[in-house]
This record gives sequence, structure tokens and C-alpha cells, in this order.
Amino acid sequence: MSVASVFPKLERLLPEVSKPIQYVGGELGAVVKDWDAATVRWVLSYPDAYEVGLPNQGVQILYEVLNEQADVLAERTYAVWPDLEALMRKHAVPQFTVDTHRPVRAFDLFGISFATELGYTNMLTMLDLAGIPLDSRDRDETHPIVIAGGHAAFNPEPIADFIDAAVLGDGEEAVLEITAIVRDWKAEGCPGGRDELLLRLARTESVYVPRFYDVDYLPDGRIQRVVPNRADVPFRVHKRTTMDLDAWPYPKKPLVPLAETVHERYAVEIFRGCTRGCRFCQAGMITRPVRERSITTIGEMVAEGLEFSGFGEVGLLSLSSADHSEIGNICSGLADQYQGSNVSLSLPSTRVDAFNITLAEELSRGGRRTGLTFAPEGGSERIRRVINKMVSEEDLIRTVVTAYSNGWRQVKLYFMCGLPTETDEDVLQIARLAHEVIKAGRAATGSKDIRCTVSIGGFVPKPHTPFQWAAMCSPEVIDNRLKLLKQAINSDRSLGRAIGYRYHDGQPSLIEGLLSRGDRRVGAVIRRVWEDGGRFDGWSEHFSFQRWVDAAAEVLPQFGVDLDWYTTRERDENEVLPWDHLDSGLDKEWLWQDWQDALSEYEQPDCRWTPCFDCGVCPSMDTEIQIGPTGKKLLPLTPVNTGLRVPS
Amino acid sequence: MSRTKPQPEGGQAPVVQRVRLRYAKRGPMRFTSHRDFARAFERAILRANVPIAYSQGFTPHPKVSYASAAPTGVASEAEYVEIGLRERADPRELVWALDAALSPGLDILEAVEATGGSLAERIDASAWRIELPGVTANAARHAVDVFLAATEVPVERLTKQGRRTLDARGPVVRLDAPQTSDATPSEVSGVPCAILDLVVRQVTPSVRPDDVLSGLRVAADLELPVPPRATRLAQGVLTPQGELVDPLAADRDAAVIGAPPP
Ligand code: B12
Ligand code: SF4
Repeated sequence: MSVASVFPKLERLLPEVSKPIQYVGGELGAVVKDWDAATVRWVLSYPDAYEVGLPNQGVQILYEVLNEQADVLAERTYAVWPDLEALMRKHAVPQFTVDTHRPVRAFDLFGISFATELGYTNMLTMLDLAGIPLDSRDRDETHPIVIAGGHAAFNPEPIADFIDAAVLGDGEEAVLEITAIVRDWKAEGCPGGRDELLLRLARTESVYVPRFYDVDYLPDGRIQRVVPNRADVPFRVHKRTTMDLDAWPYPKKPLVPLAETVHERYAVEIFRGCTRGCRFCQAGMITRPVRERSITTIGEMVAEGLEFSGFGEVGLLSLSSADHSEIGNICSGLADQYQGSNVSLSLPSTRVDAFNITLAEELSRGGRRTGLTFAPEGGSERIRRVINKMVSEEDLIRTVVTAYSNGWRQVKLYFMCGLPTETDEDVLQIARLAHEVIKAGRAATGSKDIRCTVSIGGFVPKPHTPFQWAAMCSPEVIDNRLKLLKQAINSDRSLGRAIGYRYHDGQPSLIEGLLSRGDRRVGAVIRRVWEDGGRFDGWSEHFSFQRWVDAAAEVLPQFGVDLDWYTTRERDENEVLPWDHLDSGLDKEWLWQDWQDALSEYEQPDCRWTPCFDCGVCPSMDTEIQIGPTGKKLLPLTPVNTGLRVPS
Repeated sequence: MSRTKPQPEGGQAPVVQRVRLRYAKRGPMRFTSHRDFARAFERAILRANVPIAYSQGFTPHPKVSYASAAPTGVASEAEYVEIGLRERADPRELVWALDAALSPGLDILEAVEATGGSLAERIDASAWRIELPGVTANAARHAVDVFLAATEVPVERLTKQGRRTLDARGPVVRLDAPQTSDATPSEVSGVPCAILDLVVRQVTPSVRPDDVLSGLRVAADLELPVPPRATRLAQGVLTPQGELVDPLAADRDAAVIGAPPP
């Protein structure tokens, strides 16, 4: 049975909302398929406004991978702004896909990508507008299976009530396997209904189905245990790792929006994973091991991606792009190929060393040197040892001065506040560092026309990191340190004038902390906040700290816990953590040891260049580090027709 | 982090040919704003490999200039843009190449080599067609009569700077509600749908279809149960007879008379 588009109804509402183009689809790269010809139908979402959600790589990749399957159809939906939400409720228009404006409820699977926990309330809006019950237990065979993915899915417990399943790790192969299971189940006539389908997914051991696990609590509120409540359901669910990035060169046909979005560029992941071992970085911990995409595949993807999209910018993406074993050749090769064209190249690398500057020089050949970013993350050498960000003060100053001497006028420095063991003094060191940087820069360039910006945000301890046991600082302590830092920066007026200061205050971080390390009981807080109007929590103009505090105070006491219990409380070694049954490959004992090393300010080098330090990932996931150099060069651009591309 | 921009020795290649194009904004694509279209068009230039010329300087811009654009949400069959090329190109091939490089609904309709003058001086009025679903032709006709009888119809418009008042009547050259339209089924719904034919002179601040609709409401209490749908049908210079002269006509004639060297 075909499913009708809701566009005729939606169209009437569009003249009354802001930026209506974001709701009409029609992007280059969008795929429209015949509904009836498909056997498995996915709707994918990044749960934020279109302008943030559309550029998301994860969704774009899965969209393309799925749509390449002949009998599979994938469409996209994003969070609608409150102006349209109100009109949709008034005129009974359901949550729709932008591709064909079909109602989300009609699909088999609803995959939601969570890069951040701040999208949880938007998920509830989407479910509700779609007419899908918020509680997964209230859904039946006519509702899509709601699956969470992305980094936040490594602890989906706070949204366990709302999702049917979660996938940890890379999605390319996982979505195809899930598709196959759904396809078979449908072909067999949907035996056993929704329950049977979820059971089949759970038995793969790589799809987590929260309802098949019971959580028991101790009288003091801590978790006693998490155990399967069905036969055959695994005790632990494993993350997925796509090993050969050259075999998965996506996105090939990036989505090119008509509306303005946060990133208007063709992005290529040049590798996945990171073993630098920064102890605060969840992304680095959960995406191990390092898997490089080869220089030749990168070159082909860039050439084809640009030709397809018409984008004027290429981003070379990864967690630490300057670490690719052939990054020098990649940068110089691309700079050669695109010199004299109007394509600009960017490498979001924040490594603090001279090599980073060499790369940036290659990429800005002949162009203007606007700004460089470095991320020392901690102000004092002591705190940098705690977080395992190995850079000495001397190196840092030398690197920044080299940037100034090579023509950069503006340098951005990223820091965190509220790190474990941090004191006021550690944060005040940032001011001293910034002063030294400006002094040395002025001396080296003989110019007063150099600037640096200090950008600082609150630290949020994340699951599957050595800091998963750490206590958060209270927002009051953070805000006070941020104030002291500002005063210290401006204590010297001449230097202070050359230093910009940007900060995020402590309150939103506390809520992120609640959502990151929360358990199933936090679901009630999310629901309360949403009922109270909480939407778009990643946007400071929509986020309300008070709403979260009030909801937590209302909902959590019945469980004998509170907001502080989840955030500013340090956990001990034996506590069962809400995500212990979710296997990121990291050995919990290794993580604990790394936490102890942090407290004793002991550094851990990178396993790419020093012996394996037994984090546990490779043996337990049956993976290995994949790095070059391959010794190959970027393929020269084949001189395609230089004239107009006229369709044949 | 860094920009690599074309900056060949001795600056950018000069413009050797100017081409004027007419394009349409149709269906759902009528919701593109002018900025949205401009971004899409500049990407289409790259996708289609059009030999566009760039301005000089550190941040060179492609040589593209737009004639006044229809408002967001209003469809159009007659939008105009002029591009400067650093190599000559066949206007017909430009139409195919650019149209294929744009999303369906943003359609390039024709191109002619510019022979002088400017688009701006060839456009001083616009013709619009407005569908009013849920409004009978009689009601529309009555409102039009009252509106036209007034010498001035002040309406308010919400702008970024706040509310401002403008006269919706003055620049209206023609406004008709053809009697035959009562049975016209609208695309929006099955209800009766009145149609307005409107010609407005370009003034500053410009008077747009929604201002005229505000005028019909202010002057004659015409309420719209459903949002209207407007389409720009033509732009050009207004003749004394009230016709619009196609702004590309002069270039087309020149091309036929004195065909430029290939
Ligand atoms: C580009 C980028 C951005 C961009 C674009 C975001 C966007 N729309 O995609 C911008 C600048 C907007 C941004 C903003 C932020 N970002 Co950001 N960002 C990145 C970056 C550099 C790349 C992300 C990416 O594209 N990865 C590649 C894709 C392919 O991976 P993926 O999305 O995870 O998808 C794969 C799997 O997760 C899985 N998958 C994903 N979804 C689903 C769904 C299903 C159903 C399934 C089965 C599988 C699945 O399959 C995919 C393919 O294998 C990463 C760092 C990195 N290299 O990962 C940081 C990163 C994701 N960002 C981060 C953060 C903190 C933020 C902000 C919260 C920062 C802030 N405080 O404001 C905001 C949040 C914005 C928002 N509202 O969402 C953190 C996440 C923190 C964490 N988990 O520890 C990261 C990891 C950086 C870091 N090292 O700290 N970011
Ligand atoms: S198991 Fe060893 S080699 Fe693999 S990522 Fe962990 S530390 Fe590196």
C-alpha cells in the first residue's frame, strides 16, 4: 500500500514559518525511491535543526549505503523549529521526511544519530509528532523500530525507555545486517511480531535492546546488576568496527543543501580512531583502533566529491588529522591539484606542534593566513599530564610563535575547565601562557598586530573513558574559575588587549554530565523536561538550566538519588556503571589503571609509535591498527573535459 | 583554517563575454530565498564547469549579478541573472549545463549574450499571478474594485527594522480578477480559487504581492482562508499600452543581426 505525501498539507503552513526551504528537500544527492518497490524502509535522523543535521556525515553515509541497496529505501527527517511544530500540531501534520514528505510513522526503522546527548529532547518531539508512542513498550507492529546510533549510543541508558535498540560504533555494516534481519522477518510474515524481531536483532550480540535487560539497584541508589531477562540474549553487547575504510568510500554523493547549513563543504574522513589517549576524549577511546584511509582513496573521493557537489571547500576530517601517516603528501598533493582553482582546503587539526604549521602553510599557499587553532586543553603542565595531553609549555610557545613568524596573525587556543584534580592555579596558568605567547610573538615579529583567543569550556566526564569515575566540578566553581581567569588575562592591559576570551559557563555542562553518565532513571527527567517545553538543548537560546534542575528535583527523589549524585559524585572502582554491559572493547581494568595514572600525573604514549599498552580493544574486537605509509602519491587529476559539462 | 583562492600572476583573467539568463523557481523550490538561490547557482557554475570570471583581490568572487529577486515563497517564471565569463561559451549549452547542475524546480530557461546596457535598466515592472484558494471570483472582483477606486492604500509590513507603512495602491498598474476563474481547481485544495492578475511598477520600497493582498484586506476586508500562491510571470519595461518588454529581447535581436564571432 502506497503512503501519501503530507506535502499538500505542509505546504500551506510553510509561508508562515522561518526558513521554509529547510523543510522541502530537493537537495542534490537526495534519493527518491518507489515506496512499493522497497522491502525495507529506513528513516534516518540527526535530531537537530536541518542546518546542523544535514551536514552530519554519519547520516549521509548510512543514507547512501542503504539507498544503494535495490530493495531498500532510506529517507531523512530533522527536528522542526518550534514555529512549525506548533502549526503541525494545530493542523495535524505528522513528522515527515524531507525527501518525499512521507510520514515517519510509515517506515520500518527509524535510525537516530546521537553525536551529543543534547538531542534527546528533540527525539521525543520527533516521536510525538510522528504519532509514535514515547514509551517503546507501547509500540506495536505498525510502528517503526527506533534505533539509536552515534557516540552517545555507547551509553543509551537514559533513553532506554524511548528507543527499541541501539548500535554501538560504526554503522556501515551494521545497518545492512539489521536490514537483512528485517527483510527476512517480513518475508516470513512477521512471525512473533515486534518482540520476535527485536529478539533476532539482540541475538546478533551487536544490537542492544534495552527491554531485554533488567537493572537492579542497591538501597543506596547504585546499580546492583544489569542482566538479560531472556534466554539467548547476550550478557554484553559489542561495538561495531568498519575495518577497511577504502572499501567504504562514503559519502560519494554528498548532500548539497539549498538552505544555509553550518558546514558547506565536502568532508572526507581521512582516518577513524585515535590512540593519542587524551583521557577526557570519549571519541578517541571508543573508536579505536586507528584505521587510515589510503592517500589514493582520499584523492579520488575529493575529486569526485567536488565534481558532484560543486562545493568550494574540502575538509579533511578525523580526530587528529595531522596524525595521518601520509598527511604531508596528502596536503601537498591536494594543494598542487587545486592550486589556481577556487577550491579551499581545510584541516581541522589542533595538534600543538610545528608540523601542524607546515601543513597549514601548504593548504594556504598563496592565500590569506587567517587563523590557526591549537588545543592544549589544560593550562598547566601538571594538568596536561593528568589529561595525557603531552605538550610542554616551551613547545607550545615555540609553536605559536612559529605561526606568528610565518604570517598568521590570529591563533586560537582551546582549553577545558573543571578537569579532575584541577585547582584555581591550573586555570590561572592559562592567562600566564597567553601572556607569554603574546610577548614572545611580539618579540619575534616586531609587530603589535598579533592576537590570540582563549576559548574555554566545561569538562564533561564521559562513559568508556578513564574519567568515567571522576567527579564533575559544580557550575559555581567553574564559573568562579572562569571569572578569575578573565581578570588574570586583563591584569596586564597591553597584553590583555591582544587576547580574546570566549567561554561556556558551567551550567549546560552539568546537564550534559547528567545525560552522559545517567542510567535508566534519568529517562524520567528527560521526559519531564520535554513535557515542560524543553527543545533544542544544544542551543543556548533554547536551553534552560532551571528546567532541568526543576525536573531532576521533581523526579529523582523517588529513586533516592539527585542531580549531584549523577554529576559531582566520584565513583569507586567496584561500582557497577550503567554502561558496563556495553562493550567498547576497552578493558575496564585498563581504564581504571589509566585513571589511577592520571591521578598520579603519569603519561601514556601513543600505541602507534610505542608498544601496545593493552587497552584491550584489538584482541577483544579482533581488530588491529591500520596505518601507512603506503608510499603512494595522490593520483594526478585526469584531465577530464575542461569545457562545460553538458548532459548527454 | 586557510583559504586557497585563485590569484594567478597578474590578477584574474578578464571577462570576455557576458551572458544573461532567465530562470524559474517552481513548486516547492519557490521557498528558496534569494541567498539560497545564489549559493546553489554558484555551486552549479562549478559543477557545470562554467568558465566563470572572478573579481580581483584576496577573496575573489565569481562575476554574477542578479536582477531583483522574487520574495521567498513566491514562484517565478521570470528571474534574471547576468554572468561574466573568462572564456566564451555557447549560450544554449550554458542553459543545458546549468539546468542539469541545479535541483529540479530551479530551472534555467534561456540565455543570451549581453550586448550592452544592464538588466536593471531593462526592468521596471513585474507581472504576477496570484491564486486565492477558498475565495470566490465574485469576492475577489469586489475587493479589486474597491482597491482600485482608492487613490492610496497604506499597508503595514514587518521588516527587520520593524513595522513600516507603504502605499500598496500607487505602484499597481493593473489588477484583474478574471470572472472565469470560479471553477479553477487549485493545486492547493479542491475548493474554488480566485485568480488575480497583477502588474506592479518597481518602486522603493518595492510593493510585492503580499502587500497588495494586505491592501485588499485593508481596503475591502478580503480575508484569505488559506495562504495564497503567487507566481511572477514576467518582468520588463512597461510600455504605454501596459505591456512588459522582455528584458532579453534587445540582446536576442542584436545577436541575430550581428552574430558575434564564435
Ligand atoms: C564535524 C563535527 C561537528 C560539526 C558538524 C556536526 C554535524 N552536523 O555532523 C559541528 C561543528 C556542528 C559540531 C558541533 C558539535 N560537536 Co562535533 N564533531 C565533528 C567531528 C569533527 C566529525 C563528526 C563526524 O562527521 N564523524 C564521522 C561520522 C561518519 O561518524 P559518526 O557521525 O559517529 O557516524 C558513524 C557511527 O557513529 C554510526 N552511526 C551514527 N549514527 C548512527 C545511527 C544509527 C541508527 C546507526 C545504526 C549507526 C550510526 O555510523 C556512522 C558511520 O560509521 C567530530 C570528531 C570526529 N572526527 O568524529 C566532532 C565531535 C562528534 N563533536 C563533538 C562535540 C562535543 C560537539 C558539540 C557538542 C560541541 C559543542 N559543545 O557545541 C557540538 C554539537 C552540535 C550539535 N548540536 O549536534 C564531540 C562529541 C563528544 C563525545 N561523544 O565525546 C566530537 C567527537 C569531537 C570531540 N573529540 O570531542 N561537530
Ligand atoms: S589494543 Fe593496543 S594497539 Fe590496539 S588500540 Fe589498544 S593500545 Fe593500541
